[in-house]
Amino acid sequence: MRSFWAIYRNEMSHYFVSPIAYVFGGVFLGVAGFFFNGILTVMVQRAMQMGMEAAQYGGPMNFDVPSLVVQNFFGVLGSLTLFLVPMLTMGVYAEEKKRGTIELLMTSPLRDWEIVLGKFLATLSVYGLLLVPTLCYQVFLFHYSEPSPSVKILVAGYAGVLLLAGALISLGSFLSSLTENQIVAAVLTFGVFLIFWVLDLAAQGATSGLGGLLHQISLVQRFNDFTTGVIDMASVVFFLSFAAFMVFLTLRSLDSMRWRKA
Amino acid sequence: MIEVENLTKVFGQTTAVDHVSFTVQKGEILGFLGPNGAGKTTTMRMLTGYLPATGGIAKVCGFDVAEQSMEVRKRIGYLPEVPPLYSHMTVEAYLDFVARIKGIPAARRAERVNKALEMAHVDDRRRELIHRLSRGYRQRVGLAQAVVHDPDVLILDEPTVGLDPKQIIEVRRLIKSLAGAHTIILSTHILPEVGMTCDRVLIINRGKIVAEDTPENLTTQLRGGDRVRLLARAPENGLRESLQTLEGVRQVTIAPVRDSGRVSAVVELAPGQDVRSRIAAAVVQGGYELYELRSDRMSLEEIFLQLTTEETEEAARREA
Repeated sequence: MRSFWAIYRNEMSHYFVSPIAYVFGGVFLGVAGFFFNGILTVMVQRAMQMGMEAAQYGGPMNFDVPSLVVQNFFGVLGSLTLFLVPMLTMGVYAEEKKRGTIELLMTSPLRDWEIVLGKFLATLSVYGLLLVPTLCYQVFLFHYSEPSPSVKILVAGYAGVLLLAGALISLGSFLSSLTENQIVAAVLTFGVFLIFWVLDLAAQGATSGLGGLLHQISLVQRFNDFTTGVIDMASVVFFLSFAAFMVFLTLRSLDSMRWRKA
Repeated sequence: MIEVENLTKVFGQTTAVDHVSFTVQKGEILGFLGPNGAGKTTTMRMLTGYLPATGGIAKVCGFDVAEQSMEVRKRIGYLPEVPPLYSHMTVEAYLDFVARIKGIPAARRAERVNKALEMAHVDDRRRELIHRLSRGYRQRVGLAQAVVHDPDVLILDEPTVGLDPKQIIEVRRLIKSLAGAHTIILSTHILPEVGMTCDRVLIINRGKIVAEDTPENLTTQLRGGDRVRLLARAPENGLRESLQTLEGVRQVTIAPVRDSGRVSAVVELAPGQDVRSRIAAAVVQGGYELYELRSDRMSLEEIFLQLTTEETEEAARREA
């Protein structure tokens, strides 16, 4: 357990001592802020428009602006995760291999799972920490909007982003363990994410057959449920088992390094 | 301390290490000597558990490398060819991390890190970022990393490669000072190095051990044995006759020295024989004038070259 924390700490320090975490955080928060602002403006305009229409033609004004803003914002966070995770995970193992430090880790009295879990949880923690500043957008919403957005959407949304990030990070780390070239790792990871994205579009609306299956296993679809405030246990289990499976594959990959190395 | 029996590693078609067997006693420094690609690094990686062996048994401190890898890893300090450094860390933070993953309890960690910094003479750079260090310092931080958990066995892969002459001397001195308390295996392709640092040498070529002895014995006892060079005024045939009849003489090569009427002779002796006085007597008894007589030990370099090239010639013959 002590070794697990040593790996975890070392990985965290790698992100925060080098500029990685700061550059990453800057880009992430900048883009997220830009979209938040955009969504807010559009939603407010539409609400005013609908308000005017309601006043003109009568009828109820049924437009929950705060919740829609939050919901769309989580959608943006999900997409950002797809774009940024490959850059966060590309070096996790590839860099260790390139530098030769993997030789130090693998000849130290460490269990493979201590290495793999330490690295996985450290990367997920970094991502989690980057999400913290986005809470200030929610604070704005709570402070200024009437009615306040539902807390349930916020909790479900953040849980969804973290689960999605966990699944993607575990996948990205696994792909990073297959190569010693960071660019290759990043491109591979990004390619796989894009395929997820495309499959999701193909499966949209389908309920049966191949489309239905794709719908069931689509990370993006499952994530979208969370942004509407629904915490579906099936989806939680799906994300967790996805990550667990990828961690397992990474363990196998680490083990196979010993056998392949020329 | 280290027992290796028939250790073999096969990569696809090529056999990198071929039935290698040796033992290392506690406190001894063993040198692996061989050309690049001879299988030194592969052997070391198998000893550290980084690579699994295709066949054979390796034991470190009585623990089987394959079966009890964790016990072995606790007892081994390993410096790979490229020091495994995290360049974003300071020297001190790096050694602290290594101490943690080697399982040093928190109470002893600071003390061990300080000791390692001192041993490797890097304590003046302890707060420096590793990527700012020069090559020599990095190599020494690599050494500090290998000794931080006070392991019984040290495995050092080319510890002096890429250093300047002054640094090489320092690192060699450091390694010598570590012997006794630690059992050390080091590899090198630089010949004088084994003579200077090692108690015993294994010459490895094409995955096989071609010679094993102390550096001194290797230079005296192996194949060529001793040679004596002499300079005399004598007819070639007469000199050859009087020398060749001597006991312990294997071969005599005589060449005239230009314009002087003298000849120089190289007398190759069987191992372990010292017949210099009898050679001198034989020359004088033959009625020749003896100008010079000196023992000419084959340098380790020559033995190395001889062993490794013979091996290649043999292989070439086999293939043909």
